[in-house]
Amino acid sequence: MMIRVVLPAHLRTLARVDGEVKLEIEDQATQDAVLNALEARYPVLRGTIRDHVTHRRRPFVRFYACGRDLSHERPDAPLPEALTTGEEPFLIVGAMAGG
Amino acid sequence: MSGVRVLVGTRKGAFVLTSDGKRQQWDVNGPYFGGWELYHLKGSPADPNRLYASQSSSWFGQIIQRSDDGGKTWETPGGERMPDPYDPPVGMSNNFMYDTSSETGKPLTTHQWYDGTQHPWEFKRVWHLEPSLTDPDTVYAGVEDAALFRSTNGGQSWQELPALRSAKGHLWQPGAGGMCLHTILLDPSDPQRIFIAISAAGTFRTEDGGRTWRPVNRGLKSQMELPDPNAEVGHCVHCIAMHPSRPNVLFMQKHWDVMRSDDGGDSWHEISGNLPSDFGFPIAVHAHEPETIYVVPIKSDSEHYPPEGKLRVYRSRTGGNEWEALTKGLPQQNCYLNVLRDAMAVDSLDPCGIYVGTSGGQVYASADSGNHWTPIVRDLPPVLSVEAQALP
Repeated sequence: MMIRVVLPAHLRTLARVDGEVKLEIEDQATQDAVLNALEARYPVLRGTIRDHVTHRRRPFVRFYACGRDLSHERPDAPLPEALTTGEEPFLIVGAMAGG
Repeated sequence: MSGVRVLVGTRKGAFVLTSDGKRQQWDVNGPYFGGWELYHLKGSPADPNRLYASQSSSWFGQIIQRSDDGGKTWETPGGERMPDPYDPPVGMSNNFMYDTSSETGKPLTTHQWYDGTQHPWEFKRVWHLEPSLTDPDTVYAGVEDAALFRSTNGGQSWQELPALRSAKGHLWQPGAGGMCLHTILLDPSDPQRIFIAISAAGTFRTEDGGRTWRPVNRGLKSQMELPDPNAEVGHCVHCIAMHPSRPNVLFMQKHWDVMRSDDGGDSWHEISGNLPSDFGFPIAVHAHEPETIYVVPIKSDSEHYPPEGKLRVYRSRTGGNEWEALTKGLPQQNCYLNVLRDAMAVDSLDPCGIYVGTSGGQVYASADSGNHWTPIVRDLPPVLSVEAQALP
């Protein structure tokens, strides 16, 4: 299935992409599966969204989709169906922390 | 020499300033990596067009950037887009993993926290990049929480030199800016000898390329900061400097006190002399006069601005103790900015150029060893670091 991912502006610049990223996911669509595919395609993003080793989400990064905050969902939990059909994107967002 | 390039790291991006040898007219290029903190940029002495930059943010962590054309274009080494999603990445240029392996590493224990309790070691960012004197692909990185890393493949991957943490790391503690390894001095006469400095741990020396380290802080006194003012480690060293022709002579700007060692750090003595304040952050040595040194006095550890609202670079031509204020062209009233530890640099042209970057976003330059100053750029974001390269 094809998952649409929206990166924050700084990570789009870093990965040298414009607009949404489309990632092919072969197995079940989960946060881990999306981020694994994203980091495999754009190695420069490794460590910028989650820790290199523990894969724990960085504190100032949030995950939104379908009007919901998925940041605290289990990384291996299935993503909402609207993401798997391409209807909605998976949003990676820099936390609103000023600066 | 045909010109000079000044690399400026700021809170919101990097800038590259260039001029001819007269250093009167400057071109300003940037911002590069706009919106990110650029703690440090530095060029390779072996290849002036090879630059390394530390790019970081609280949101997205650490990135290492590299340029092979003097800063016109940049890449993240090993971070190129993969043609196939299942290809392995070429490198891991932003992966700074402390070495805890039983074969080569050291256990990642704890260090002191501000309140004296023990605190786990955590990587936060790269404060300083020091390219090898001879190999453009070899570069050292000083990081927070304090450790020294080395890359031998142009920044694609990094390995810690973990023995440093064994030098009483449990007694190290963060300064106000964090527990950062901020200074790396490579001895031009001995590739195996390196000096590093950490806030607030002190100065350390290796004589075997980083396999073993020992604290070299004898003579430092920290009456108000440490229970034992003469402790072997724990001193808040802000910056150290060396002239390449005399690697046994070191100069130090400590939290308080300006210090000097004539025996490669084995002992230190104070050279604050007639400075209006001996608190400050950077210290630099003239490119051609090993006894001429520069500091920027700051009022106090909480009042991070110049005494009397006057930005004065102080110069000693006697290796310390006797200091003269350099003021021509620098603001002499209502000036309440700061100059951080990596924000003063010299170039190797003749006469020697001096550059000072401020928290107010100015870079002041002198093309005559400090006698006269002029802002070569102003209104940048707060300046974190300044490095100068003489170009062939």
